[in-house]
Amino acid sequence: MSKDTTTTKDDTAAPTEEGNTAPRHELVYFALRNRKLVIGLSIVGLLGLAAIVAPFSARSNPDAFVGPPMQPPSSSYLLGTTYFGQDVYSQLVNGLRQSFLVGIMGGGIAFVVATAVGFTAGYRGGAVDEVLNMLTNVLLVIPTLALLIIVGGYLKGTSIVFEAMFVGATAWPWAARAIRAQTLSLVSRDFVGLARLSGVRSWRIVVGEVAPNMSSYLFLTFILLFGNAILISASYDFLGFGPPGGVSLGSMMNLAFAWNALQLHIWWWFVPPGVAIMGIVGGLYVTNVGLDEVFNPKLRSL
Amino acid sequence: MRRYFARKLLTYFLTFFVAVTLDWGIPRLMPGDPIAGLLSKFQLQPSSYAVLHSSYTRAFNLGEPLWRQYLDFWRALLHGSLGTSIYAYPDPVTTVIRHAVVFTLALLLPATVLSYLAGNKVGAIAARRKLLDDTVLPFSYVLTATPYQWLALLLAFVLASVAHVFPISGGFSYSLVPTLSWAFLWSLLTHWFLPFVTLFLVGFGGWAIGMRNLIIYELDADYAHFLESLGAPRRLVRKYAYKNARLPQLTGLALSLGTIVGGAVVTEIVFNYPGIGWLVLQAINSEDFFLLQGIFLFIIVGVLLANFVVDVVYVLVDPRTRIGLQEGTR
Repeated sequence: MSKDTTTTKDDTAAPTEEGNTAPRHELVYFALRNRKLVIGLSIVGLLGLAAIVAPFSARSNPDAFVGPPMQPPSSSYLLGTTYFGQDVYSQLVNGLRQSFLVGIMGGGIAFVVATAVGFTAGYRGGAVDEVLNMLTNVLLVIPTLALLIIVGGYLKGTSIVFEAMFVGATAWPWAARAIRAQTLSLVSRDFVGLARLSGVRSWRIVVGEVAPNMSSYLFLTFILLFGNAILISASYDFLGFGPPGGVSLGSMMNLAFAWNALQLHIWWWFVPPGVAIMGIVGGLYVTNVGLDEVFNPKLRSL
Repeated sequence: MRRYFARKLLTYFLTFFVAVTLDWGIPRLMPGDPIAGLLSKFQLQPSSYAVLHSSYTRAFNLGEPLWRQYLDFWRALLHGSLGTSIYAYPDPVTTVIRHAVVFTLALLLPATVLSYLAGNKVGAIAARRKLLDDTVLPFSYVLTATPYQWLALLLAFVLASVAHVFPISGGFSYSLVPTLSWAFLWSLLTHWFLPFVTLFLVGFGGWAIGMRNLIIYELDADYAHFLESLGAPRRLVRKYAYKNARLPQLTGLALSLGTIVGGAVVTEIVFNYPGIGWLVLQAINSEDFFLLQGIFLFIIVGVLLANFVVDVVYVLVDPRTRIGLQEGTR
């Protein structure tokens, strides 16, 4: 503990000398000095790396029956085997891949919708704002998972592309509302008024004047949408709506639960996927806070 | 204040309308013929298949024009009918849901309220207190990033399956007949505990982080510095900061109601806790679409009511909404 306190004190003392001259260097300096950012990024980065090299590091096709069933972790089966004798490690790295894909695609789609709605509502104002705001508030109240049970009930064994689209279509409202509020506060500034007066087209003002002034905010929003998409898809797969087979983190937990891993004490079947999700999502949250501190000098003083 | 509530209520009615329309429309928009799916389970002669198909089409009103079906759906709904459950045939969907909703409420209400209160308190205390902050914050981040179903699995495994401290599944012991006896109440309580703890812990993390960040922000505001320079005791400054930080947290509570309900669904499934979430699984397994549609509407109505409660609390806590300075925001 005491060591930590001294490093944070150094943080606050050092920048005052070199900070003002080079803003870009300053950001990098603070980024590397920010413990939260470094820890968060390393966790997400490591898990991301594991996901990328999954096809090479996995010993088998995740669904293949490779050994005796219900083997605890050992040197030959790194994380043990499932009730059916599949390799848990292979399933885990493969599931990580799926989670990252759903997170990036689902979070990405939600982000695009949220920025489109948020900017339009905030910049246009008036009736357009009223309508979009109402739509946002209505969708905000409808729980994603509830919507899922009437959609998923009819579709068996969906693909991760569908999952990403579903998450993207339902997870955007809170982000749209936040972006709208930020846009509203920027639109009343002088530089936007000046751009309007000089006849710049609306979308150019939004892209060129408004968006860059809240770029860090947009980036943080995307990170949160990314993490949420992973959590939602994990619940989705846990309910058994996911792609067939034990190929995603959520369906690993689903299968482990369905085949009595609790009663049979096969803990190595359901513990790793949960740890992986917690790692990605928690890592993203901590990264988010760290970045916030880097972007916003007010928060650095702590 | 009247405008504030009028706007809110308009949004809620609109939401209900959209939800009912979705509830009606999604099954009809889905690819495939639901009746063909239903009949494919029986092995039928082609001639009897045709007869059954047309009779089912008539029974479910699927032969009518769409606008008729839509109006009929509303009419039935307003008469309090959501159809007949296939899973619990011949009970109506409303009865099946009513039995389950007691369990869900017993779980959700205390878990939500207590985690909100406790998280806010702990977060407020931890803010700007180095030692406490360094322990509470990482812990909270881990909790809030935990998938509900996984924490549930973990608790069920450690405390029920291995240590046998708590029962692993069900709403009460099946060897007991539901009566108002101590043994039965005790059984209810022990079965309730682990799902409750799951929902409580995940929620707690999020509220603690939120409050901690808000307090730090508030303590840096001008009014806080001014109070300090006047020589006000630290306690008093923190008290004002807390009062202000409550407002965004309340908004956050309204926003996260959907996530909390989703968490309850998967938690109940893990513990076989006989609430709405568990019912979802039964409905999916027995392809009981009427029940699924009913549960969807039930969840929507519940979330709308909860939203309304939060709105009322907000008015009580924030005097500005009462005199109309802050209309339409929140």
